[in-house]
Amino acid sequence: MTAHMKMDSPDERNRLDHMAQGSVGAPLDRPEGKLKVSGRATYANEDHPEGTLHGVLVRAPVGAGKVRDVGRADVMALEGVRAVITDPRLLRNPAQGTADAAPIQGCDEIAYLGQPVALVVAESFEQARHGAQALRLTIDGGAAAIDPEADDAEIERPEKKQSSQGDLDSAMSQAAYTVDQTYHTAPNSSAAMEPHASVARWDGDMLELRGSYQMLNYNINELADSLGIDAEQIHLLSPYVGGGFGSKLGIAPEAVAAAIAAKELGVPVSVAMTRQQVFEATMRRSETRQRVRLAADAEGKLTGIGHEARVSQLPGESFSEPVTQATPFLYAGAHRVIGHEIARVNRTCAGSVRAPGEAVGLAVLEVAMDELSEAAGIDPVELRLRNIPERDPTKDIPFSSHVLAQALTEGAERFGWSERSKRPGTVREGEWMIGMGMASAVRSNIMQEAAARVTLQPGGRAVVETDMTDIGTGTYAVLTQIASEMLGLPMDRVETRLGDSAFPRGSGSGGSWGAGSNGTSVFLACEELRRQIAGRIGCDEAEMTLKDGTVTAGNVRRDLSELLDTPLSAVGQGEPGDTYKSHRQATYGSYFAEVAVNSVTGETRVRRMLGVFGAGRILNPKTARSQCIGGMTFGIGIALTEEIVHDMRDGHVVNRDLAEYHLPVNADVPQIDVMLLDERDPYSNPLQAKGIGELGICGAAGAIGNAIYNACGVRVRSFPMTLDTILEGLGD
Amino acid sequence: MKPFEYLRAADRGTARRDAAMPAAAYIAGGTNLLDLMKLEVMQPERLVDINRLDMKSVETTGEGGLRIGALVTNSDLAAHETVIADYPLLSRALLAGASGQLRNKATTGGNLLQRTRCYYFYDTAMACNKRDPGSGCAAIGGATRLHAILGASAQCIATHPSDMAVAMLALDAEVEIEEESGETRRIPLREFHTLPGDTPHIETVLPQGALITAVHLPAPAGGTQIYRKVRDRASYAFALVSIAARVTLEDGKIAQVALAFGGVAHKPWRDPEVEKALIGKAPSRALFDTAADILLADARGQGDNDFKIPLVRRTLRAVLTEATGGAG
Amino acid sequence: MDTTLKINGEERVLQADPRTSLLDALRHHLGLTGSKKGCDHGQCGACTVIVNGRRINSCLTLACMHDGDEITTVEGLGTPEALSPMQQAFVTHDGYQCGYCTPGQICSATAMLEEVAQGWPSHASADLSGGMELTDAEISERMSGNLCRCAAYPNIVDAIRDAAGKGER
Repeated sequence: MTAHMKMDSPDERNRLDHMAQGSVGAPLDRPEGKLKVSGRATYANEDHPEGTLHGVLVRAPVGAGKVRDVGRADVMALEGVRAVITDPRLLRNPAQGTADAAPIQGCDEIAYLGQPVALVVAESFEQARHGAQALRLTIDGGAAAIDPEADDAEIERPEKKQSSQGDLDSAMSQAAYTVDQTYHTAPNSSAAMEPHASVARWDGDMLELRGSYQMLNYNINELADSLGIDAEQIHLLSPYVGGGFGSKLGIAPEAVAAAIAAKELGVPVSVAMTRQQVFEATMRRSETRQRVRLAADAEGKLTGIGHEARVSQLPGESFSEPVTQATPFLYAGAHRVIGHEIARVNRTCAGSVRAPGEAVGLAVLEVAMDELSEAAGIDPVELRLRNIPERDPTKDIPFSSHVLAQALTEGAERFGWSERSKRPGTVREGEWMIGMGMASAVRSNIMQEAAARVTLQPGGRAVVETDMTDIGTGTYAVLTQIASEMLGLPMDRVETRLGDSAFPRGSGSGGSWGAGSNGTSVFLACEELRRQIAGRIGCDEAEMTLKDGTVTAGNVRRDLSELLDTPLSAVGQGEPGDTYKSHRQATYGSYFAEVAVNSVTGETRVRRMLGVFGAGRILNPKTARSQCIGGMTFGIGIALTEEIVHDMRDGHVVNRDLAEYHLPVNADVPQIDVMLLDERDPYSNPLQAKGIGELGICGAAGAIGNAIYNACGVRVRSFPMTLDTILEGLGD
Repeated sequence: MKPFEYLRAADRGTARRDAAMPAAAYIAGGTNLLDLMKLEVMQPERLVDINRLDMKSVETTGEGGLRIGALVTNSDLAAHETVIADYPLLSRALLAGASGQLRNKATTGGNLLQRTRCYYFYDTAMACNKRDPGSGCAAIGGATRLHAILGASAQCIATHPSDMAVAMLALDAEVEIEEESGETRRIPLREFHTLPGDTPHIETVLPQGALITAVHLPAPAGGTQIYRKVRDRASYAFALVSIAARVTLEDGKIAQVALAFGGVAHKPWRDPEVEKALIGKAPSRALFDTAADILLADARGQGDNDFKIPLVRRTLRAVLTEATGGAG
Repeated sequence: MDTTLKINGEERVLQADPRTSLLDALRHHLGLTGSKKGCDHGQCGACTVIVNGRRINSCLTLACMHDGDEITTVEGLGTPEALSPMQQAFVTHDGYQCGYCTPGQICSATAMLEEVAQGWPSHASADLSGGMELTDAEISERMSGNLCRCAAYPNIVDAIRDAAGKGER
């Protein structure tokens, strides 16, 4: 049985509020938690069949050119080496998220330094690693374009990424207060803790690949297309993914290399990227240069907003960091210019890194808003409150739900915003200068097509199956909770199975759409099962109560297991519909940060941080809070520590390890306070829930930058605000 | 990692004999050596494992100082009660370095022999005179946030990454070594590390095959001791700049001072002229600025690291102010 | 070469290339994949195990150097059916998300509490001579050798405080 639903009209039934089990909305522990904390959860590179060989990718040592020879014979002569693979199907870089087809293939044309150009396979990992290092490439050098700001840089201005309404120039000239500044953000890396890895084995023409991937529903087609086989020949498995943050959206070079090698050698092959390769050969968030223009009247009401960005990307790639994504609808203002430029450079592929667009675009816009608040002498919270639009100002459609004002007001209250000194650089504790800053949060909400199967077994247990993944986001928890709630079963009687391409196609993890999209499919399947149960006891589904394995309807009270002599199964399938076009759907929030800037060294420490977020129904406040904390910590990284450094001569990633690409460590992160605003968005899906995985990063870095200004009076217009950027502006 | 022969030494004599070939390396904690071997930046053909040798004790010497066995781990040394009581800046420096896990493995001898964190040294696709003499220095003209502002050469601009060694330099430590011949001698730490000059691949005066057996600290000199490290995140990062300071005041004047600097040069840096300028003077901001002027007279940035010059000046002023009781 | 390792109380004989790190020996020769490889260079802490009572990065040491050593991995601390108090605290406080850094965090935290019990100071200690309180700042500093990109740090601190018997905030 399949229950299908297209989101063409709002679902105001709020059915989850009328269920009896009490699982949804409860701060429950993750069901897979015990496996994770005891080391029993198995990630990609942890199931090696007998006889598995090890492959290590070889990197291009120059930024452009053509590989003439790989010196195969010398390496084949090394102990244990079994193959040097230079197949034309090898990938230049990973596929972009939702590509659904192979990315650019062929590894002899070098497009960036660090590109995989071969795979060395050996009996042991140690032998393969040495073989990969020993390979001596003969390369015809080529010319690499490195600097996106060079005078002769190749610049694209895609028409559909530019827009304007009204007349911003005249709005600027007539405004009471204006801001016109240019800002920079550094390139970032997802740096998920588990490096990309795949173990491939063939049984005849059937490939089984265990990998670390976010979107099996797309990855299977990308892998099939890369290898030149049918998707039906592939079984993909990603039951546990050691973090993704966008870096594992698309099929990556190691998977295709492992599959090719395993086929050629007739044995299973494992290929794990080194940490250095993850930095060089997966995805980076592009650096950005952003010009922001703000025009406001005497009351601080915005009359115009300009947001123009330049980002960079490899030749031939369609993705470009959507810096201005939220600018069309976050604030009111009749006159608006959105600009987008892409510089083509020979640097590591640019792709999705947690909240592509808003993570850096909103951070900058919110610093510009702080500058406007300073110029107009209006409190930053008040300035934002004055500029919340009634309707989407660009599309002129209503919002599905909108909690920005509430988030700003309640956040300010909870944080003690009124204690903030209005004059920068006036609060000191010894060497430390203390300041507060804030920013708005916004992230577009997206629903994707997704399916899941729910099976009620005769013993009164339920199994949820979908190829959806849990990359730390809490999928196991929330899908289990939804099934538990709808079917009236305690959590431990529901088992959720994920990350197996043999299961119905889910949405994949990305774009914060996982919980809403896949939760909907589980909800729909459970609704269908409820109808079938109701049919068996002859009552109306809506009048039936399911709780703790018991069915109650009127005077009838039965044990659920008595009603099941054979398994009862249903597939739920949801897809987006007209509510997307009729209403602007987004999640909102606010950040408040208190920082200390050292007056001697310019070092910054975040001392306190609060995030207030509204994302529709909160399915699990414990895992939702963790997602928000994680996002805000990404924000701390963008604000203070994280920067991919490219060598300006050959474009290579200089700091390609975790010692020199500075993720925030435990000591960089204070106790973070998260306040979740419970709301219902009937336009989003039947759960009334929206995505929360990325909301916590969108704008977070701006709040910290603004707090730095308030602390020390130095306005830094580049992220990260490392001590040297602050030191320049500090007095002697 | 290239294949190598692994030998576990049961005593020092065997260790020295086993290591008596140019391609041999001693391995103790291994936290830097294995890191570099995995990347084939270092390619020893033989590893002589000295972890079972009896060099793990900390003893008081006849001179009233401390003899620290070369295999004493960073953790044990940092928590040693005599170090905490008499040489607290050493404890502070050790605790500012690396992570709990690394300090449990890293040893006193090995820490002195840490290699630079220069990105280009670590990348075998890049030219590096330290890794491959004569190949050039890709760091010059490249990304130089980590690099030297003092004592660099046209062949190398790398910095020494140790915190411990900076503290020991300020404590006038001596390195006890056993030469290949078995002869034991002590080398003052200030002479132990070298500047890059035309031979950046040579980083110490330790002879081939010699074994570091201990570090000697002189009798405690007292004074106020400070180790201040400035870095890019709150913990678990190498120093951009660090300062080890030991200052004694008498009658309102600086009677004794030792200042050592990390993150600024190919070796832990100490400048006698700076100390000379401070001794006998009453602490003041002007005096500290004069000290910084002397220290930084020949300082030169490489672009990305230009900020280290004002950073050292400011940090030195703060450290001296704190060490002299806030007089600055 | 042969190396005898006492892992989680059980004597195991490893035959491997001397280049094999302790981490790869555990993961790929001895079937103990609980310890994770995040960077292979001692820069993330995911591989943390406890050797002779002390936490170390198993990626930065050779298995052959540990002949006769006692090694505890996350698998040895507890099982899904019988979690150690630290493991249970991580579940209760959601001290993880993707779970990949978690075994290293838990081994690290377990051994770290022993370091505190022995009076070892840290960079965060105001007084080096012991008697420090296990404040959040102490926990954070001592756990900074374990990166978590999901950034569960505040929850990790809560879990450790709980497991240490210091109760709720």
